[in-house]
Amino acid sequence: MRFISVIAIKEIRTYFASPMAYVVSAAFLAITGFFFVASVSDAFAEASIRGYLAGAIFFMIFMSPALTMRLIAEEQKLGTLELLLTSPLREFEIVIGKFIAAFATTLFMIGLSMYFVIVLFVYGDPDIGPLLSGLLGLSLYAAATLAVGLFASSLSSNQIVGLVVGSGILTALTIIDFVSARLSGVASEVLDAFQLGASFSVFDLDSFGVAEGGHFADFARGIISLTDIAYYASITAVFLLLTVLVLEARRWR
Amino acid sequence: MIKIEHMSKSYGPYPAVIDISFEVLKGEIVGFLGPNGAGKTTTMRVVTGFTPPTEGDVTVGGYDVVSHSLDVRRHIGYLPETVPLYLDMTVTDYLTYMGEIRGMNSSWVKERLPKVIEMVRLGEYRKTLVGRLSKGYRQRTGIAQAILHEPDVLVMDEPTIGIDPIQVVETRELISDLGENHTMLLSSHILPEVSAICKRVLVINDGRIVADDKPDDLSEKLQHAERIEVSVRGAEAPAFINAMRAISAVIDARSDQRVSMVQKAEREEFSPFIVDARPNVQAAEQIAKSIIDNGWGLSNLTPLPMTLEEIFLELTTVENLGE
Repeated sequence: MRFISVIAIKEIRTYFASPMAYVVSAAFLAITGFFFVASVSDAFAEASIRGYLAGAIFFMIFMSPALTMRLIAEEQKLGTLELLLTSPLREFEIVIGKFIAAFATTLFMIGLSMYFVIVLFVYGDPDIGPLLSGLLGLSLYAAATLAVGLFASSLSSNQIVGLVVGSGILTALTIIDFVSARLSGVASEVLDAFQLGASFSVFDLDSFGVAEGGHFADFARGIISLTDIAYYASITAVFLLLTVLVLEARRWR
Repeated sequence: MIKIEHMSKSYGPYPAVIDISFEVLKGEIVGFLGPNGAGKTTTMRVVTGFTPPTEGDVTVGGYDVVSHSLDVRRHIGYLPETVPLYLDMTVTDYLTYMGEIRGMNSSWVKERLPKVIEMVRLGEYRKTLVGRLSKGYRQRTGIAQAILHEPDVLVMDEPTIGIDPIQVVETRELISDLGENHTMLLSSHILPEVSAICKRVLVINDGRIVADDKPDDLSEKLQHAERIEVSVRGAEAPAFINAMRAISAVIDARSDQRVSMVQKAEREEFSPFIVDARPNVQAAEQIAKSIIDNGWGLSNLTPLPMTLEEIFLELTTVENLGE
């Protein structure tokens, strides 16, 4: 446990010592701000964070791999991975430590965007249920996307490869309903079960892009379902495990 | 402290190290010598637990590198060939972090860090970003992280590669000092470096150990030929060379072309030659007798020790021819 926190603290400091955390935070606030404003600016708009959530989960398809792309790829490039792997650390301690750092940084960004909620309370009367369930869902969604990004970062010493592969996996899980809609029967249902949550129809300002069949839809509506929690937790666990395996496999090359 | 028994390591179908065995005793400084690609780095990576051996047993301080990898890693300080540094951290932050991931608690780091910085003479750079340091200072930072957690065993891969000559001298001195209370395995492809620092040399080529000895004994033991410097008065070169070739113990003879010898020979009016003879057959006596029998004047006859450089070349080239 001590090693996990040592690594997490070092990585968080690196995020905030470089422009990374600030640039990504600014982009996150700008994009979620746009969707938030677009969703509440009608005369009869409902006082909710649905627009904000849709923008956030859409943007995280690219933001999460951008945040994590450095974490392992750079260690390989600098040769410091050799140092980490010859220190008395286990691979999972490295992976969990780095994951926690990325997750904490993302939670910090979500925290910054909470002034949207204050605005809602000042000018409207929002329903607290969907608000809390939405934020819970957003955190789980963030964890899952960061785990995918971390895995992508472990694959090579090239950060751009990490970014492209990470966003690629997340995009595939997002447009999966596009494929399943054209299938029928079991295949369609199986594919639907993997829908990550966001939708590329996010720019349709009438409906906002939370995929109807996806795992985020219920969170956005104010429903906390065990299936959805299990889905995001599984994606997180599986990709963190894969990352550990990639690091362990390096030894046997 | 380090014990390697019949260790082999292959990368896929490519063997990097083939059936090597050696032991490094507590307090010993062993130099690991070989050309690029000979298997030095691979052996060091196995010893440090970075990569497991394909075959054979490797133990460090009694711990197996595969089954007790964490124990091994706790006892080792490692400086890889490309010094692994986080360029955006200050020297102090970097070393503190390295200490922590080696399992040092913060009070130990606090107590130890100033001593180590003093030892590697990085005092004025402790607040400098590692990325701004010159190569020599980066090397010192790398050495500092290797010794920070007071490891019993130090493994250093090419510690003086790519730094300027003055810094090389300083780095060697630093390593020699460290050798006084560490067990050390140090690799290099520079011969004077190894003979200056190490009490024992392992020569590795094409994944095999081809010699294991003290730097001084290496030359004696591995001499395929005794080289003798001979200065003769009144002899023409072809006549002398023919006379030498007639001696059974002599392999070959030639004129000594070294500038210092040629100048000296002109001043003192003698002809310098180099004679290669078979070892252990009292060749010098036979050469002296032949010179006197021919009526020449013998002014100098000195057996030359082979330099480690020549031995190394010989070792590696003979190996290549043998295959």
